[in-house]
Amino acid sequence: MNRNKTTNVLIVGVGGQGILLASEVVSQAALLAGLDVKKSEIHGMSQRGGTVNSHVRYGEKVLSPIIPQGQVDVLVALEKLEALRWSGYLAPDGAIVVNDFRLDPVSVATGKIPYTENAIDLLYSNGRRVLVVDGVARALQAGDLRSMNVVLLGALSRLLEFPAELWEKALEAQVKEKFIELNRRAFALGRDAADSLR
Amino acid sequence: MRDELLPLREKALLSGNEAVAQAAWEAGVLFATGYPGTPSTEILETLVGYPEVRCEWAPNEKVALEVAAGASLGGVRTLVTMKHVGLNVAADPFMTLAYTGVKGGMVIITADDPSMHSSQNEQDNRNYARFGKAPMFEPADSREVTEFLAGAWDLSERLELPVLFRMTTRVCHSKSISSRGPRREPAAPSYTKDFVKNVMIPANARTMRVKLEEKLNLLRAEVETHPANRIEGRSAELGVICAGNVYNYVRETLPEASVLKLGFTFPLPAALIRKFAASVERCYVVEELDPYLETEVRALGVALATVPAPRPPIGELSPETVAAMFGVAAPQPQAAAAALPELAPRPPVLCPGCSHRAVFMTLKKMRLTVTGDIGCYTLGALPPLASMDTCLCMGASIGMGYGLERALGPEAKERVVAVIGDSTFLHSGITPLLNVVYNGGHTVTIILDNRTTAMTGHNENPGSGRTLDGGPAPAVDYRALVRALGVEFAVTVDPYDVDKFKQAVEMALLHSGPAVVIAQRPCVLLPEVRGKHRPTVNYDSDTCTACGACFRIGCPAIEKDAATGKPRINSAFCTGCGLCTTACPCGALSL
Repeated sequence: MNRNKTTNVLIVGVGGQGILLASEVVSQAALLAGLDVKKSEIHGMSQRGGTVNSHVRYGEKVLSPIIPQGQVDVLVALEKLEALRWSGYLAPDGAIVVNDFRLDPVSVATGKIPYTENAIDLLYSNGRRVLVVDGVARALQAGDLRSMNVVLLGALSRLLEFPAELWEKALEAQVKEKFIELNRRAFALGRDAADSLR
Repeated sequence: MRDELLPLREKALLSGNEAVAQAAWEAGVLFATGYPGTPSTEILETLVGYPEVRCEWAPNEKVALEVAAGASLGGVRTLVTMKHVGLNVAADPFMTLAYTGVKGGMVIITADDPSMHSSQNEQDNRNYARFGKAPMFEPADSREVTEFLAGAWDLSERLELPVLFRMTTRVCHSKSISSRGPRREPAAPSYTKDFVKNVMIPANARTMRVKLEEKLNLLRAEVETHPANRIEGRSAELGVICAGNVYNYVRETLPEASVLKLGFTFPLPAALIRKFAASVERCYVVEELDPYLETEVRALGVALATVPAPRPPIGELSPETVAAMFGVAAPQPQAAAAALPELAPRPPVLCPGCSHRAVFMTLKKMRLTVTGDIGCYTLGALPPLASMDTCLCMGASIGMGYGLERALGPEAKERVVAVIGDSTFLHSGITPLLNVVYNGGHTVTIILDNRTTAMTGHNENPGSGRTLDGGPAPAVDYRALVRALGVEFAVTVDPYDVDKFKQAVEMALLHSGPAVVIAQRPCVLLPEVRGKHRPTVNYDSDTCTACGACFRIGCPAIEKDAATGKPRINSAFCTGCGLCTTACPCGALSL
């Protein structure tokens, strides 16, 4: 990923999944690494169970706070339909880290439109690098389903160039003291999950 | 921030909103007020963490600005925050505040929302600076927020003018590297009576109008050399004039272009603009929303070149839209994107356990015409509930309900109700209700009292019993309030007691005069309610007839099994509110 240019990470999912915390940790890691960093997201209405995205960009000098379409280096999706929705933002050599987790939008729940059952298969097209993470199992193993976002961060950490200690420092700064151990476990389990990336 | 000062400052990753709070604290601001509104809300939520600054939520933006005007009169530095549409509410004091001027420095934040991510319109509040004759800054990112605000209160005090600080969603809610520094000691409060300056009777207003023009002329000279306006010389052919975050898109997309980067955008630096335009072969303006800069630049007689593909005057810009304007080849996304099937949309929805869901479920069954308002509950207008007919602006529901009744005559009786949130009612619903009473209407108003300002992140309000800093406050008694306005019929009922709520609305509709139903149930996301969620609803597949009634309440915790057409309760979401058990006609769902 280190190509002497801006690195672009797009984190997506559903309101309430902890996307903003995840993108905050990535941004802090970049800051600790001494890089320029910008992060942009939309709050408010979209928090109510809608689709949420957070852009993180870092490098020598970052200008636009939002990632231009076609320039995402890593797409991190906490829900698989959302991975597909944002996959058009990927750079030609971009990678996807996707949580194998399904949340039905109301349009699916009411039977208006079907859920794209083969979402993950579709992600694999065109020889893309895709890392599928069993976020539910690993978060439960860590001790709380809500740590799915940190499991995905752990997986992401294997694709970015920051050293492990730096990730740990960035993570600890963002979570409450009583949840640090839980999140450390979740992060480590996510890092292990990245072994399967080919 | 001059670079030699930077060693005194600590580098920090701040959102635009956090940078405003930090800068206000550093400048010695003692009083800050506003009304929550996306994307401005986090400014006061951050600033309240600094004990030296008194931070308050006002019931609305007009009150906030007036309170700040009073504090400024007492020599105190003030900050007022609001979203773009909030300035419409505060426009009355704003339009005269430049006449009277201020004493303690005042910065008014207007947080605009191009593309309407969380707003009912995308008005361009740069127009307000020219309209209200207030100096305006437009920062591009958090670092510029810090830089521009560092001198803003000084400028405000020197010229005795309020400063309009115009941000946008992408500045407010983007984080970038800025810095933190020490606080400046505030001046001691003081008050001096000044009849001509502070009493805007026509004779004095005429005097101050002349003074205002003199101040603007001083400013017109000052902006020419102000560090917020600068020329970045590169190409001799291509030059772009831009301001705010748009600058970032221009630099990213057209790295070779010379740029006139404007940060002080009212009044505009005429000589600097002419100088820049003369230095390049082709000069363009790139801006979001209204042609604010373009109109001013053309009025100076500067010839602007036309981009190959003019932008639509709608929505926020992006690196892609700027690339398209100039015919720059955009990076090609992965080809697979084209082959995607139609994906299920995921618009925001009322939360599982939301108190509003019960209200809209009942109103839908009653087939009423519902005039609505601004808040989380506006989501009740979306399918499957689809039981709200209007949403115009804060407080409009009651006036529109009454107007509709007047238009339709006796036919409307027993058919129209207005719904309005608790915070929205206190913001601007009281006077329209008084209008109903005064003019002999019989409009039924349902106050959706969820004990908080939920949409913007659970902010306190005069009905919630707490102030912005978490301290105790008297909570408005809605029933006593509406009775004092002259509403004789006023009842409070929990909308989850569906039969009782329906009965209350029916009685209100039959009542001969105006009536108010207070649908009271705390927001399901409030910490004190979260701890009391009940076990997941039980579902009995054998009893279920797959009638689909449960899906029509639009609860995200109820999923449809594609094979059987029957529901599946998602235990990760279900709060055990039990509303679906009321909706289910066959008894398949139970608590």
